[in-house]
Amino acid sequence: MRWPDRLAGVIGALLLLAVLVPMGLMLWSLLEQGAGVISVDFLLDDPRQAGRAGGIAALLVSTGWILAVCLLVAAPMGLGCALYLSEQVPAGTRRAQWLGGTLDMLAAVPSIVYGLFGYQFFAISLGLGFSILSGGLALALMVLPLMIRSAEQALRAVPFSYRQAGEALSISRWGWVRRILIPQAAPGIAVGIILSIGRALAETAVLLFTAGYVLRRPDSLLDSGRALSVHIYDLAMNVPGGMPRAAATGLVLVAILVILNLLVRRWLHPAQGAWQ
Amino acid sequence: MITISSRFHADSLLTWLLRLTGAAAVLVLGGIIAVLLIQSAPFMLEHGSALWRNDWQPGQARYGMAAMIAGSIVVSVLALVIAGPVAVLLAAWLRYFAPSVRRPVLTLVELMAGIPSVVYGLWGMLVLVPWINRLAPPGASWLAASLVLALMILPLALLVTDTALGQLPARYLQAGQALSLSRVGMLRRVLLPQAGPAIVSGLVLQFGRALGETMAVLMVAGNVVRWPTSLFDPVRTLTANIAVEMAYATGDHRVALFASGLLLLLVTAVLLALSWRLRGERHEMA
Amino acid sequence: MTSLTLELQQVSVYYGNQAAIEQASLSVRAGELMALVGPSGCGKSSLLASINRMTDGIPGCRVSGTVLLGGDALSASQDAATLRRRIGMVFQQPNPFPLSIIDNLRFPLAEHGVPRRERDRRAEQVLRAVGLWEEVKGRLSQSALGLSGGQQQRLCIARALVLEPQVLLLDEPCSALDPVSSKVVEELIVSLKGRYTLLMVTHNLAQARRIADSVTVCWMQEGCGCVVESNACHLVFEHPSHPITAAYCAGAAG
Repeated sequence: MRWPDRLAGVIGALLLLAVLVPMGLMLWSLLEQGAGVISVDFLLDDPRQAGRAGGIAALLVSTGWILAVCLLVAAPMGLGCALYLSEQVPAGTRRAQWLGGTLDMLAAVPSIVYGLFGYQFFAISLGLGFSILSGGLALALMVLPLMIRSAEQALRAVPFSYRQAGEALSISRWGWVRRILIPQAAPGIAVGIILSIGRALAETAVLLFTAGYVLRRPDSLLDSGRALSVHIYDLAMNVPGGMPRAAATGLVLVAILVILNLLVRRWLHPAQGAWQ
Repeated sequence: MITISSRFHADSLLTWLLRLTGAAAVLVLGGIIAVLLIQSAPFMLEHGSALWRNDWQPGQARYGMAAMIAGSIVVSVLALVIAGPVAVLLAAWLRYFAPSVRRPVLTLVELMAGIPSVVYGLWGMLVLVPWINRLAPPGASWLAASLVLALMILPLALLVTDTALGQLPARYLQAGQALSLSRVGMLRRVLLPQAGPAIVSGLVLQFGRALGETMAVLMVAGNVVRWPTSLFDPVRTLTANIAVEMAYATGDHRVALFASGLLLLLVTAVLLALSWRLRGERHEMA
Repeated sequence: MTSLTLELQQVSVYYGNQAAIEQASLSVRAGELMALVGPSGCGKSSLLASINRMTDGIPGCRVSGTVLLGGDALSASQDAATLRRRIGMVFQQPNPFPLSIIDNLRFPLAEHGVPRRERDRRAEQVLRAVGLWEEVKGRLSQSALGLSGGQQQRLCIARALVLEPQVLLLDEPCSALDPVSSKVVEELIVSLKGRYTLLMVTHNLAQARRIADSVTVCWMQEGCGCVVESNACHLVFEHPSHPITAAYCAGAAG
């Protein structure tokens, strides 16, 4: 091996360390601060003293509700739009480009801007106020591009030969979609949903002015509720002595996301490798 | 025949339903732009160029955002300067020098990409800020924000570069190997330049992400509205400003925040268009 | 359902400005098998696709000329669904649906309004007709994708037959199969003569000679396909009236 390659090899390894070490430190610092607090009780108790003590049960409930609203809106809409794209918009046409561009734009909009929009439109104009509903709806808009892209990829991947056979037999569009297209694309669509869940869980800025900050368990969709990610922020920044629980909540959140990631891998892996 | 006409009924219903959802995506984008515009247009017309001054005192109806715009820019530029080269070099190294570790590392990187920004911010507060504080108080600063942002945009920048390199035709590398050329040389003269547009396009997008990031920056940047002069100065970005002040802003103050949101949206759109241009191809669906 | 004559008069297929095949005319007698032969690219598959209007779904594709079924001209304004029930199609690559074997047959029947009880009866009928019944009767609810290539193709033929068409279009039905399966499918096609009118595209001249009643030879001229000769099988191979036919079929004559 010539010397430039040797040197490059070493530099690359150093760069890898430069990346892995901070990540390791991050995990370590979280564990150090929060591991002592995590227990089954932590997951089952409600927060006390503005979150300084107690657990995160109310937050898990709120987060669950917000996620539910988000998915109930984003999944059908996303699937519908993806179906529209795969069935009625051939790739490469003007319409495909415009729609693709719009989706890219939506995906690039900063989350705080979604928060502003959600605040003005859902909380104020629609009168929903700071509520699970506002937060869930704003979040649904955020994950929509991701949902559409994943579903569309899955739908377009269904082999053309099935479509040909269906056409020759004059199968109706509804029959084709219901019995062949969607069942075949189902794993890919499921992956899209899981990716959307992951994205939604990680979001904070959107929820600050839509779902709000309230610490109690929500009684209805119109109640304000605090998501896990918002809780981490609040404990870290606004609550003295809140660090240990902030770290613990962070660990719980990361754990959930890792599990979701593993699920995606298991579903993608049999069909196609994630990295070629 | 009854069945056929009812089948066609279901079909045309389905077609219309699908068209509606297709329109929804466009409507959402239009809605966001419209709401921001409606909220901030009159305000912007009234205050016009005063917005660009370095004079943010909402209590006295002065809305010069220059300091925060500068804050956003410097924080993101430094993050890109740190993360960009590392991402590209690391991706190249993984592909051509250490292919055996490529898959596990990329898996790890994917996980990194999914970690919430608040968690990165948390780490920044727990480890980075105190550490910088020992060098130069107060710790919460431009440098801290850029380091955290760099760590946040690194995963996607790396993945995009890896994909771009993967799309290069195999014959380039084969030719180099047949001629016994060093991999470094191949990278420098052929591979990286060829993949260049795609890589830069990805980096532009990540820069856009850095500009739009709120939480992590909010937690470690110090949030003092002041023109950034030194790496260790606390700064406030546009995004953090919205997050912090929206809670209590009223009237014109609040509208000013919407205006800054519109600015962010415009910048995002410009960067996105730039990234498409760089990729060369007209934008396509997957 | 009795078989019908199939006649094409001056049919041309265009993709945008490019003609795939022009002014093609041929006539298949009821119950007979006609082989459509010729080199790659002279529009044979496009011609086939235009008959059951699969070309409707291709953007920019235009078809001119007349297709007559049993002496009646088919019009473009007629409903494609009804047309495809009278004219079935089998593709080169076996393409059963990713459903169970029995559902592959039930699904089209359901779509075309056949009552539930009828469906299983018709399914068994066509499975027997293609010789698959004994082989699959014990595993009807297993996935069709688990069948071998030859079995899948026979299932696809069964599926096309289950709608009781009068004409069957086959686009190189054996070329993706191994020689043994190919022979089985070929014998099946021969057994369908009389009950159905068959138009089959094939690259295999020996096969055409073996099983076709009549042959249409296509060729490329000035960048697009055309029909060079269309006649009874033995005439085409032994007394070709066109020099191109003679040259092309010389390979099978020996």
